[in-house]
This record gives sequence, C-alpha cells and structure tokens, in this order.
Amino acid sequence: MSSDVDVAAPGIGLPEGGEPDEPEGLGRRALVNLRSGNLGVLPVAIGELGIIAFFAFTATNFFSSANFVNVIVQMAGVTMLAYGVVFVLLIGEIDLSIGYLSGIAALAVAEFQLAGSSHDYAGWAAIALGILIVAGIGAAQGAIVALVGVPSFVVTLAGLLIWQGVILHVLEIRGVIVIEDNLINDTANYFFSDRDGWIIAAIIGGAYAIIELSGAIAQRRTGIPLRRTALMVAKLAGAAVASFGIVAICNKDRGLPLAGLLMVVFLVALTFLAKRTSFGRHVYAVGGNAEAARRAGINVARIRILVFTISGIMCGVGGVILAARINSVDLNVGGGTLLLDAISAAVIGGTSLFGGRGEVRSALIGSLVIATIGNGLNTGGYKTGTIYIVTGVILLLAVTLDTIARRLQARSGR
Amino acid sequence: MQALSDVDFEVRNGEVMALVGDNGAGKSTLIKCIAGIHGYDSGEIVYDGKPVHIHGPKDAAKLGIEVVYQDLALCDNLDVVQNMFLGRELHDWLYRLKEPAMEQRTVETLSSLAVTTIRSIRQPVASLSGGQRQSVAVAKSVQWNSRLVILDEPTAALGVAQTRQVLDLVKRLASQGLAVVLISHNLNDIFEVATRITVLRLGRDVGVYERARTTEDEVVHAITAGIPTKVAGIAETDPTVVS
Repeated sequence: MSSDVDVAAPGIGLPEGGEPDEPEGLGRRALVNLRSGNLGVLPVAIGELGIIAFFAFTATNFFSSANFVNVIVQMAGVTMLAYGVVFVLLIGEIDLSIGYLSGIAALAVAEFQLAGSSHDYAGWAAIALGILIVAGIGAAQGAIVALVGVPSFVVTLAGLLIWQGVILHVLEIRGVIVIEDNLINDTANYFFSDRDGWIIAAIIGGAYAIIELSGAIAQRRTGIPLRRTALMVAKLAGAAVASFGIVAICNKDRGLPLAGLLMVVFLVALTFLAKRTSFGRHVYAVGGNAEAARRAGINVARIRILVFTISGIMCGVGGVILAARINSVDLNVGGGTLLLDAISAAVIGGTSLFGGRGEVRSALIGSLVIATIGNGLNTGGYKTGTIYIVTGVILLLAVTLDTIARRLQARSGR
Repeated sequence: MQALSDVDFEVRNGEVMALVGDNGAGKSTLIKCIAGIHGYDSGEIVYDGKPVHIHGPKDAAKLGIEVVYQDLALCDNLDVVQNMFLGRELHDWLYRLKEPAMEQRTVETLSSLAVTTIRSIRQPVASLSGGQRQSVAVAKSVQWNSRLVILDEPTAALGVAQTRQVLDLVKRLASQGLAVVLISHNLNDIFEVATRITVLRLGRDVGVYERARTTEDEVVHAITAGIPTKVAGIAETDPTVVS
C-alpha cells in the first residue's frame, strides 16, 4: 500500500484517501483482509461446493432431501461443541476436554431424567442441571489456566482423562441409560410441520433484515455515509434465499429439524456476543495481544475463565443433542472422533489456532464440511478409514492456509 | 536495590520534556513510578501544584496521565476504532457496542491530531505502517482528556519518513497544551522536538538542559560522564512532576 510513504506535513496533511467507500471498496476490502491474514469463508465455501458436487455424482442417495435432513441432524451436536471451540481458539488457548465434557453432560441429563429413580426430573430441568454442571467444570478448568497459569493444553488434557474416567466408572456398572423424556429426545428427533417451517424461515429472514437495516439507519443518523450498500442488499437476499431454500428442501422430507433451528439460534446469539458486545471485543483483544489488553485495563483472567465456561456450556448443549440422537447414553458417550471433529470444524471453517482471528460461523461451516464428507463417504460405501484420511487431509490444508495467512499478516504489518 | 535516588523531574504544560540516559540509567523506572506501575519508597509527586499519590495505573489515568508503550499498545487483529476504544468501549445497557459513535470519535480525534495518512479507520492495525501504528497508539492515549502523555521510545524501529510523522505528532501534542515526556536514545529527534532535556545517569539526574542553550556534545557528555549535581545556570526545580 502506498500509505507507507505518505507523510503528513505538519498542519497540512494529505487528502483523505477518498474515504473508505469508493466503488471498488469491496474488492479493496477483500484484498486488505487477505493481506492481513483474514481468509474469510471463501476457500471453505468453495471446497464444500466441490465436495457436494463430487458426492452428488459418485454416491447414490447422497443428493436427496432425506439425506440433507440427515446431515443437519448429524452435524448439530458437533457444531455446538465447535461453537465453544471458536471462543477458546480466539483467546489463543485449546480445550481438549470438550468431548468427554459433553459426555458428562449427557450422562448427567440421562441420570436426572431417569424414570423410577429418586430424581425423576422434568426434561428441561435435567437439561439445565446437566449444562450447569459442565459449565462449572469449564469454569474450574479455565480458572486453573487463567489464575495459576498452567497451560490450557495440559489442564484440558488432564480433563479429557479425568472425565473419561468418570464416565467409565459410572457406565461400566450401569451399562446403558435410556432416555425416555420426550423433550430431551426432541432436540435431535423433532421435525417442524411444513407450515411451522415456513413461519420460522420468514421470522429468521425478517429478523435478519430488521437487524441489518436498523444498524444501517443508526449509522446514517451519526452522519457517517453508508458503505457497501450493494453488499448489504446481497446479504439480505442471500439470507432470505438460504432460509426459505433450506426449509423447502426439508419440507420435501420430514420437515425442518429442531436441531437445525437450534444451530441457527446459537449461531446468532454467539455471533452477537462475539461481535457486538464489549465482552466479545475483549475476547478478540486477549487473543490478539494479551499484554496490550491488560494495559488497556481489561481483566484478562476473567475473560479466559468466561471463555472456558462458554466452552463448557456448549459441550452441555452438544452433549444433550448427541445423546438424544440415539435416545441413550452408553460407554462410547463423548468419545470417538467427537473432540477432533469439533476442533477441526472450527479450524477448517477459518478460525485461527494462533488466537485473535475467527468467527462463530466458521464452526458451522467447518462442521458442515466434516459432516458432508462423513455422510458422503458413508452413503458412497467407503470405509471409515477413508473418512479419517480425507478429513485429515482437509484439516491439514486448512491449518496450512491459516499459517500462510499469518505469515502474510506479519509481512504486511510494518 | 535502589534504582533511583535524588531525582528531580519536571514537565510543564505545552512543553516536550525529553528524558535521556544510557541503558540502566533509570528512565523506565522513573516513568513507571509516574504511571503507577511501580511504587516509590520516598519522594513526592506534585501535579497541578498539588501533591498527589499514585498507587496504580488507574490513579494515573484518573489524573490524566497516559503512557504510550513501545509496541505493546495495540492489538494487531483489531481495527483502528477497536484499538482506540480498547477496554473503554462505549456500550448501552445491554453491553451492545455503539460502533457509529466510536467511529465518529475516532475520526474526530485523528483529525484533531492531523493524522491523515490512515486510509480507513476500519482496517486492521496489522496492515498499518509503523508510523501509523504509533500515531494510533498516541491518539488512543490522548482521546481520554489526558494532560500528561509519556512516550516510551516512540521512534525506535521506525524509518525516516515514519519518524518524521511521529515527531510532528509529538510537537502537535505540546502545541495543544499537553505536557509531553519523550524517552528516546536518538538525540537528533530530541533536539528537534524537545523544549528541555533531563539527563539521568546511574539512577540520578545529572542535569536539565534547555534545548536552545545546549549542544548535543554537552548532552552526550552528561549521559556518559555527568556528575550528579545540579548544573550551573539552570534554576533549581521543585521535586518531581509538576504539570
């Protein structure tokens, strides 16, 4: 950029570079983003389209409305965990305990709802208690990281072992706990009627439009010219097409799954938290430069503890959905590739492992990629080994892209 | 261990007071005392003619004392506006950020300091040049009605043109009536912008020089071999900070 050589003579100053809203603003912004290491969702979105196209031609029964609904339900649990992972990665930490934490939540919920036991709680109460427990565990792990200074890798690795141990202890004796509560099972198995689906699509599209437009109006009131009007119109149209399109496809099969709606609700709420509140701003600041954040008066330890608490809460939400999908909790709960899938989802979606860069939506997009690969290779008759290999290669690609982007950032700065 | 003793340091409104000395002379310790990062065992801080006590960074900020640390002030991943308001974001009762208001104030602050080389206040700080970054760091510290700004090596690691940019900014701060303390190893820079120069050596002050009445040789001599006594020809100053 030429600005490196611009020198403001005292009092005179060069003319403002044409204000930021030049017609080529969008392209320029993309370039600036790219140079500063923000790849955005573009590479993943293109990759996902490629994967869908590949399976559409090679796997029978892949490109159907029934399978579309399957993918949504399959990815919901992992996506919830990945939302939490995004926050942890944003502050430059890692949480390896999320898999078994979700298992602990599922176990607790299943235990609390158990009919015929002394604690035969209602579904909502069981869910609330289960989430509260893992939120507390997350906060405790975060406190060890933030206050004592033990690396999060070690604290949560210990957590991984401890919580797996607890699950084994309980379930080796109990075997399988069946979940009979309808509310709990509905989180993965309820499908909205066609009419309700359309109403939800209208509400989501409409609410999105109202938020975007009110933001634009507030900006206009302060006299700052509106930028990127074309982009805003495109975003509104895109949101409307996406929400109605998804409902239309779902309605051809069982209808819009509640799990899908939950993913959207948490996406919106957590994006708001990350992008529109001072808490979210401080999360990014701690990940970008913890020392600068501290000198700016931010309570860095508090932010770290809260982020690990959020991670715990999302483990709880994800754990409930994952258990509800199979209506039970067994010895495998929280295990398998759950942990790696959730972290890979956030990273593949574009959240940096180095802290400070990423978006909540990257968890959704990355999770969609992983679910699509798993589902496509399954319906195409490939073996589990192939699924691991392909997912691994894509993860490697994503991290490599992130690392290159970070190098570019280091170079473009200064 | 004693890092500083018998140090008198004074800065007036509207002047740039340079603080020089070899490595280990106690420059950083002195400003950390003023900024409330270190405590001090004895001595007195006089601010606006009144004795004050500074026990933490918050006390200093309340008095209007801001420090711009070299390279530690900004988050690369945040944009200019986000950095300007870091830790003091404007928000409503729901903790929703008031972005338009913050953008507006950023534009006002930058233009009041004639920082005009930043093309967009919404670009990440990582994409700015060193001089621009330093300008943002300075603007960030002065936008909270600060009255004493301490700059720790603001031109280290900057190129010629970018140093120019920052020095102009330093002069502008003083001309707006702020008291400015400039720590630097570069005597050329100091002789260009400073009103007066305080030299520290081995934890003691060896003299205060008025730029107009001294030479680089004299200052260099004071830095390397100065004797910790009051230098003739300069009026004795009251202890420590007077703003």
